[in-house]
Amino acid sequence: MTAAPAATGTAIGMSGLTVRFTTRRAQTTALDDVSLDIEPGEFVTIVGPSGCGKSTLLKIVAGLVKPTSGDVSLLQRPVRGPQKEIGFVFQKAALLEWRGARANILLQAEMRGMDRAQAARRADELIEMTGLTGFEKALPHELSGGMQQRVALCRALLHSPPVLLMDEPFGALDALTREQMNAELHRIWRETGTTVVLVTHSIAEAVFLGTRVVVMSPRPGRIIRTFSVELPAHRDYAQVMSDPRFDRLATDLRGLLGSAAANH
Amino acid sequence: MTENSLDTAGRQAAADQASGARAAAAGPGSVGAGDGLDGAASSTVAIPPPSGGRPPRPTLGRRAVTFADSLWRPALVLAVFFAAWWFVAAREYVPNYLVPTPGQVWETMTTQWSELARHTLVTLYETVLGFVLAAALGLVTAVAIAYSRTLDKALYPIVLFAQVIPKIAIAPLLVVWFGLGLTPKIILAVLIAFFPVVISGVAGLRSTDPELLDLAATMGAGPWRTFRKIRFPNALPHLMAGLKVAVTLAVVGAVVGEFVGASEGLGYVLLLANGNLDAPLLFADLILMSAIGIVLFVLVEIAEALLIPWHASRRAGVSLTTS
Ligand SMILES: Nc1ncnc2c1ncn2[C@@H]1O[C@H](COP(=O)(O)OP(=O)(O)OP(=O)(O)O)[C@@H](O)[C@H]1O
Ligand SMILES: [Mg+2]
Repeated sequence: MTAAPAATGTAIGMSGLTVRFTTRRAQTTALDDVSLDIEPGEFVTIVGPSGCGKSTLLKIVAGLVKPTSGDVSLLQRPVRGPQKEIGFVFQKAALLEWRGARANILLQAEMRGMDRAQAARRADELIEMTGLTGFEKALPHELSGGMQQRVALCRALLHSPPVLLMDEPFGALDALTREQMNAELHRIWRETGTTVVLVTHSIAEAVFLGTRVVVMSPRPGRIIRTFSVELPAHRDYAQVMSDPRFDRLATDLRGLLGSAAANH
Repeated sequence: MTENSLDTAGRQAAADQASGARAAAAGPGSVGAGDGLDGAASSTVAIPPPSGGRPPRPTLGRRAVTFADSLWRPALVLAVFFAAWWFVAAREYVPNYLVPTPGQVWETMTTQWSELARHTLVTLYETVLGFVLAAALGLVTAVAIAYSRTLDKALYPIVLFAQVIPKIAIAPLLVVWFGLGLTPKIILAVLIAFFPVVISGVAGLRSTDPELLDLAATMGAGPWRTFRKIRFPNALPHLMAGLKVAVTLAVVGAVVGEFVGASEGLGYVLLLANGNLDAPLLFADLILMSAIGIVLFVLVEIAEALLIPWHASRRAGVSLTTS
């Protein structure tokens, strides 16, 4: 079932990434010497305290933020500007407030000049899958925060990108919907072999979805540890939750995050 | 624009439908039917089709009632104003040759109707042409300023200079240059209406959420698509506010142009009436000038309602007033 394509080199390569933001008031080091290689078909989840540079890391991979120093590559090509072989889910939903849910999803197709009929069909599938049926025409201000995030997720999946970058995509969802969306995302990943990098504050989500969990330190963000998740590739939510390996890993992560915060 | 970004009527209907669907979903029996529950429903039970909860479209009668409801307040204010005017003039608290009665003004309007209509059309023509040119020029300038740092630095001083120079002072110069025809009036209208369009356009184009521009970049869209589908629609609420100011200013520009040298138009009639101490004609003329401004303003408002029904300022039910 793991349809990971034949691994020919890394999907995402980061080496020695350092980012400093200079504003009028202060200079912040958001990331400090971050190196990470991600293989095609991997699902890497990133956890870390607020403000440690997780969003910045994703934006560097997408070519939206230029690192102060260090190198990034995406699909074996150096990242020099904005990348389009990706689907990006921003921390805020970032929807166009004048478009209905479906039209917002189809923005992806319009901007890329994709085949209209095919994109429309795919959009309808995604709408159904994410439980947005009946709200196709609702404007963003008529949707709940969680629904807006689901629209943003559909938009990022519309063109079936080889790499998905997701910044807390399920942050505004209630626990039950969140589990369902996790299960859906897990299924999509298994079936498509997409390389996924997902930032989250939920330890359960990080472990359930990830093949690897990356833990970052408080600002300036460094990778303090990466864990391989020793769970079957095909996961079921209830099974994973009752698996002792899940418990052990979750406890380790919680301890690590807690001590990192305390040492700071 | 694509069908899904400008099909306003459809969108409004869609919004009605969606809110209806939600009302149906959260109907009696579904206690606390929130996000999670209807999300949960999707995997087990099919969500009821939205057609059930669709509210009836407003009928013509209902719309007439809404319209009348929105009208009675200004109508009342106007009525009070006319009553006060009539009272002051009829009792001759001020001499009649200074303030005529509403009746006298009405009589002037009806007896000299064709003459007044001709002059009104001239002023209307100058105003509309001036406004349209100002809107087009202003938008192009705003785009140039918002997109290019160099043009920003180069154009802003010129735009500001064109604004601060007293237009009334250059009106005679324009007449010397362009004669007594329509050209100097239109140029004045453009000059005076241009500034608010540029300022609002630049503000609108610059107000785009940087995250949306990041999004456009990850979609591999070029600048033209990004402009058409994101930046321009996003700028519309600002731009429409600027256009509303501009259209009322365009009337001023046209009339000032007529003051300085003209043989037709409401500004010319005003000078004539003033010279002859013809107070009723003067008042009739003022009323017609105001009418041009009001009608054009309302037309821009209607355009706004059609273009940006999604914007917070236009949404029904978020009014800050009580009714
Ligand atoms: N454009 C910017 N200009 C200046 N500073 C920035 C900018 N973007 C991010 N920062 C700073 O970089 C640091 C990391 O920000 P980032 O958004 O990556 O954090 P995060 O890990 O995603 O946090 P959260 O979990 O709260 O979303 C923060 O201290 C932030 O203030
Ligand atoms: Mg973040």
